[in-house]
Amino acid sequence: MSTTVLKGGRIIDQLGERSGDVVVDHESGVIVNVGPDLSGDTVIDISGCVVAPGFVDLHVHLRQPGNEAAETIETGSRAAARGGFTAVVAMPNTTPCMDSAAVINDVLAAGASALCEIKPSGSISVGREGHELSPMAELAALGVRMFTDDGSGVQDAQFMRRALEYAGSLYADDGVPFVLAQHCEVAALSAGGVMHEGEWSARLGLGGQPSEAEELMVMRDIALSRLTGVRVHFQHLSTAGSVAMVRAAKAGGLAVTAEATPHHFSLTDATCAGYDPIFKVHPPLRTASDVAAVKAGLADGTIDAIATDHAPHTPDSKELPFDQAPPGMLGLETALAVALDELDLPLADIIGLLSWRPAEIAGLAARHGRSIQDGNPANLCVIDPFVTWQVSGTDMASRARNTPFEGRTLTGRVRHTVFGGEVVVRDGEATR
Amino acid sequence: MKHLLSIADLSADDLHHLLDLAADFSQIQQREIKKVPALRGRTIVLAFFEDSTRTRLSFDLAARRLSADVVNFTAGSSSVKKGESLRDTIETITAMGIDGIVVRHASSGVPNQITQWTDAAVINAGDGWHQHPTQALLDCYTLQQHFGSLEGKQIALCGDIQHSRVARSNVDAFTKLGAQVTLVAPRTLLPASLEGWPVGVETHLDHVLGDLDVLYVLRIQRERMGDSLLPTVREYRTQFGLTPERATRLRPDAVIMHPGPMIRGVEIDPEVTEDRRSLVLDQVTNGVPVRMAVLFNSLGPGQFTPVDGGVSEQ
Repeated sequence: MSTTVLKGGRIIDQLGERSGDVVVDHESGVIVNVGPDLSGDTVIDISGCVVAPGFVDLHVHLRQPGNEAAETIETGSRAAARGGFTAVVAMPNTTPCMDSAAVINDVLAAGASALCEIKPSGSISVGREGHELSPMAELAALGVRMFTDDGSGVQDAQFMRRALEYAGSLYADDGVPFVLAQHCEVAALSAGGVMHEGEWSARLGLGGQPSEAEELMVMRDIALSRLTGVRVHFQHLSTAGSVAMVRAAKAGGLAVTAEATPHHFSLTDATCAGYDPIFKVHPPLRTASDVAAVKAGLADGTIDAIATDHAPHTPDSKELPFDQAPPGMLGLETALAVALDELDLPLADIIGLLSWRPAEIAGLAARHGRSIQDGNPANLCVIDPFVTWQVSGTDMASRARNTPFEGRTLTGRVRHTVFGGEVVVRDGEATR
Repeated sequence: MKHLLSIADLSADDLHHLLDLAADFSQIQQREIKKVPALRGRTIVLAFFEDSTRTRLSFDLAARRLSADVVNFTAGSSSVKKGESLRDTIETITAMGIDGIVVRHASSGVPNQITQWTDAAVINAGDGWHQHPTQALLDCYTLQQHFGSLEGKQIALCGDIQHSRVARSNVDAFTKLGAQVTLVAPRTLLPASLEGWPVGVETHLDHVLGDLDVLYVLRIQRERMGDSLLPTVREYRTQFGLTPERATRLRPDAVIMHPGPMIRGVEIDPEVTEDRRSLVLDQVTNGVPVRMAVLFNSLGPGQFTPVDGGVSEQ
């Protein structure tokens, strides 16, 4: 046995808050003991800190295969681990895209040595083009549980209906349900839009994406979920209208789920005033009232999870003119701190939004987001809720530097991360 | 004030200062020898990533008449075509010892972005749909020349407001100088939000025509028809075009302006371009002293006094 004891911290998980040392074992990958005054081969003093289930990110872009200059599975997993994540769902908009068993196998192979679990999603349609169904059963057999065409939404309503029906009839031998996740954006309405359509786009002379481009697809997919009886997961909700519709759908008993990103609950379209493409993202940063609505949705359970939409881009591409630069921003290494800074919620609720609730949606609940008890998988993170630090893109583990929080002082940070019983981040640095 | 990026960054006092300076330079343009040594030893690059005739010529003349050295750069014949990034291009230009960069680009915000990669003064010669500050200044200069002041003047900007950098910079400039501005356009050619714009909106030109001191006609690009923003050129002319019939309903003391290039028979009929109330050629003429004022203000050593024909250090 090669054990590590996390000593002197507070435990926060779905069972509540308590004190206790936690002993993890690298060989078996499980928690071997929880209680007072425990010992192990290695001792890490975590007094003043909180030990929590590892985080699960429903939405990351790892750029491998295809754009390894921006990120790789290795560098992305290191960024994830530094952010406290023990599992991430990799979006399928790679090159080639994740619409075949061959690409999924490549991603799984590269992910085998990563610093967290790499769970590939599969695309809903071949080439993410929205016309032909991808071989969902073949991808499911390799462990894929989430299907999405993320990067764009499925435009055709009939195609989306068929995709829901087909995915709803798939069989999983482990009994873990499938979920279709939608990037809600009606392309015809967002065309030419490079930021939120409103006061700022008008002033800056930039094409806008109206909130309705997102909301129409949220509305449609709520209807299609009702029609088919199959669950839809709404990715990166960004408008007050979207939040209200998901809230109403849930109140009506519909089994839909939703995520929101840290940037959508902390930044507005006013950040685009300096034309820095760092702030270009899809869906775009919206208004202060949308930010408030997303926060309210996280507080009242309308939004089930915080997901980062971690989207690395090379510095070159983020120095293009605003309208030509690719959309997206980094998120893995700042998610917890931004959530702590921006959300007026108890720490346990924030941990839930980052951990056991997304773990359920991703079909990862057998291994991640588990309570901290003997015998459970040792996927954990240790949080220092009070440490103050300054965000710097160059200090990040991600290969890219496109953080929208550059220079900002945040409070709260992940100190250590344990993945499969191994300490993969110690004192904020990746151990390999 | 080193850079000139947007009229929104300027106060009414800043505008008056630049217009006064332009008046001084305008005097020099009446002389036989039109050149002054105000920017001798300074080097200005005209970086036009988008085609332009009048703006480029006007900046080129303005810089030469201030005795600055001028280098031209066009995207079509440069390494930009080979995929060089904007940053590399600007850093390369700067490394050659340039004092000022006059930039025209099809993307909004490029002049703002460039300021972080160069120590040179950046002058916006038009960026996307955003701003065209020297056009606004020369329009204000032309109106001041004609009316004495813009205070209380009724100005309508008619046409494609949403896709117009001229509209955005002129709304800022005209209102800062005390004019009452009305935007005249179908909803499809107006910005989605006009929050914070100190303007009125009118969708029928005929409703405001008789009240105007200034009718400012904007160019209509034919590709707007393909974007289903307008049905046909013919319908646009019927609804918003400055036809001879509409021109008769403009007050005798009103003036007609257009930033050029004009599409005759669409936004303005050929006969009307000859109307004695048209200030279009004055606009072109005034472009040179206004751009001299802007270049001098950003790159000059101090005060300019036209009496001694040169520069006096303050």
